Amino acid sequence: MSEKNQATGLIGWIDERLPILSFIRDHLTQYYAPKNFNFWYFFGSLAFLILFLQIFTGIFLAMHYKPDAKLAFDSVEFIMRDVNLGWLIRYMHSTGASAFFIVVYLHMFRALMYGSFKKPRELIWLFGVFIYLALMAEAFMGYLLPWGQMSYWGAQVIINLFTTIPFIGPELGVWIRGDFAISDPTLTRFFALHIVAVPMVILLLVILHLSALHTVGSNNPDGVEIKKHKDENGVPLDGVPFHPYYTVKDFVGIGVFLFLFALVVFFIPEMGGYFLEHANFIPANPLVTPEHIAPVWYFTPFYSILRAIPDPAYGALAMALSIIILFFLPWIDKNPIKSIRYRSSLFKINLFIFVIGFLILGWLGVKAPTPLYSALALRFSEMYFIFFALLYFYSNSRGVMFSYLFSGTLIFLITIYDLTRISSDNMYTLIIGLTSVTLFVLFMTLSPLYTNLNAEKEVPDRVTE
Amino acid sequence: MKKLVFTVLIIAFSNFANSAKQEDGLVNDFKAVNNINNKSSLQRGAKYFVNYCSGCHSLKYMRMSTLANDLDIDEETFLKNLMFSDKKIGETMTIAMKESDALLWFNAVPPDLSLTARSKGADYIYAKLNTYYEDDSAITGYNNLALPNSSMPNILAGLQGGQKIILDSQNKPVSLEKISEGKYSEEEYKQLTNDITNFLVYVSEPAKLKRFSMGFWVLLFIFIFTIIAYYTKKEFWKDVH
Repeated sequence: MSEKNQATGLIGWIDERLPILSFIRDHLTQYYAPKNFNFWYFFGSLAFLILFLQIFTGIFLAMHYKPDAKLAFDSVEFIMRDVNLGWLIRYMHSTGASAFFIVVYLHMFRALMYGSFKKPRELIWLFGVFIYLALMAEAFMGYLLPWGQMSYWGAQVIINLFTTIPFIGPELGVWIRGDFAISDPTLTRFFALHIVAVPMVILLLVILHLSALHTVGSNNPDGVEIKKHKDENGVPLDGVPFHPYYTVKDFVGIGVFLFLFALVVFFIPEMGGYFLEHANFIPANPLVTPEHIAPVWYFTPFYSILRAIPDPAYGALAMALSIIILFFLPWIDKNPIKSIRYRSSLFKINLFIFVIGFLILGWLGVKAPTPLYSALALRFSEMYFIFFALLYFYSNSRGVMFSYLFSGTLIFLITIYDLTRISSDNMYTLIIGLTSVTLFVLFMTLSPLYTNLNAEKEVPDRVTE
Repeated sequence: MKKLVFTVLIIAFSNFANSAKQEDGLVNDFKAVNNINNKSSLQRGAKYFVNYCSGCHSLKYMRMSTLANDLDIDEETFLKNLMFSDKKIGETMTIAMKESDALLWFNAVPPDLSLTARSKGADYIYAKLNTYYEDDSAITGYNNLALPNSSMPNILAGLQGGQKIILDSQNKPVSLEKISEGKYSEEEYKQLTNDITNFLVYVSEPAKLKRFSMGFWVLLFIFIFTIIAYYTKKEFWKDVH
């Protein structure tokens, strides 16, 4: 291998001073990735693409945008109308924000399906969750910049969450806003954070995410370690060099993605009011509260969890927990089998219900709350947390005693909460909700004792395709 | 059992969602037919807007040169027919009325209409222009279904004629009935309000005229790129497995 080091000419000159050739070898041409990646493995490279698309379009927007409460809204319309192709740049940026979350959600779902967060990839997952958090902060602050009604009132709702923190809350709110209400100082600091600070944090985290990934190597749909089987040169038998195999493959994914992306950008940039909310075409007005404040769609599952509990402080706590729990996933699900392919039917049901529940929470989050919607939001919020409890439960085969205790504890906790809020008007929905969650918990925790549903398959030694 | 309950709940709330939508029925009957590629409709809309609306309502983001250009109106015709002030064509369509005067006269500032089609939708504008009815309790003598109790006078009453509202036993509006003739027939008036709506849809996003045609070529390019990428990938991968 050492003869490849001797590059001559300009490349050689540089390589003696900067290890570009070994970098390319270590991370592209001789970085071995499992050969059996499927559809779900496109989203990492797509997220990377969108990150640069956002930075690129963001730079052009920053050239014309004015971070000033008096000028911001007008400057966005100026970009939309008077800047050459300004509308295209802006729609790419706004669609890119939503696309980023779609891609990241699918990327995270892939990790859940194939156990990509499990040993030895815990750090990759942790950096990933940090990226997700930074991305939420980035999207939230970016959404204030157009200074429309939804920008203003959406920010109002989110910043008020911080004020529910005991003792320091109100001061924290003022500190975040830089004022007693959202106003010019809030806008300018969000602008600075949105275009400089958070993007740098995201870039740093992406470097860490990828460095950790390249240290341990990628997982794959079979969840087997390709590094266990190497040929005499130390090359994994089930691996292919990232370049050219996955670079050419990712270009296909990029093509399909860009097709869908352009479809939205050019034909339905508002996406029916989900990517660009209608009320955001009205300039921010602190005196007029919109009839219905809905955050942008990618925050709505968590917004539903927030609203599920009527007390704002506990609601905010539940929402914070729903995100914090993601950090602990590698230590919650300790089942040694990584891939969904070899895990039990109960695991599949659990994951399926979780995804459906998450989507329903998202849907509920854009709706104005009615008693029925609130009841549903509460139940699906409970299901959100039950998912993690069950992941822990399925880490081992559990004994009879443990199973009964575990399901008993879960049902006890849910019932206790229901008992605190029962009244004659919500009796009916409460009993239906409690019964269905209880039955679900009983089924999921006790059926391993009496059925074959928790049977797992044997994991092969090598990848199967 | 769980699944059953689940299904029942899903059905229950999808019904709720539907019933919530059908509340204020009559206003929703007014649907604009907008096609911003209909240049003559846009030109008529611009003319009506300048004549009837722009006394009070600005289009402060609409640059007149862009408008003339997009609607195929040459500068001379534009200056003669669509501009009654001493502005330059490179300026935007602001108005001369002062906010303080507006407050005095109408108790409200007439909103800028540049983005109304995007914030409230085309159907809202169309319904607003079509659902004025006579109401003695209102300050202007007219009320409106799309925007009840506003202080905007019924500017187009002379063209449309008068309408009165028919309520059912629960005081819900059932229909609007014509009680006096206007200058325009019902068809002509619908056409006129539709043209104004269409024009405001264009004004809310002039780029819409360009983005569809540009989008087509971009999609075609990406499509061809993807096909080439796919066969390249296939060629590279044929010796794997």
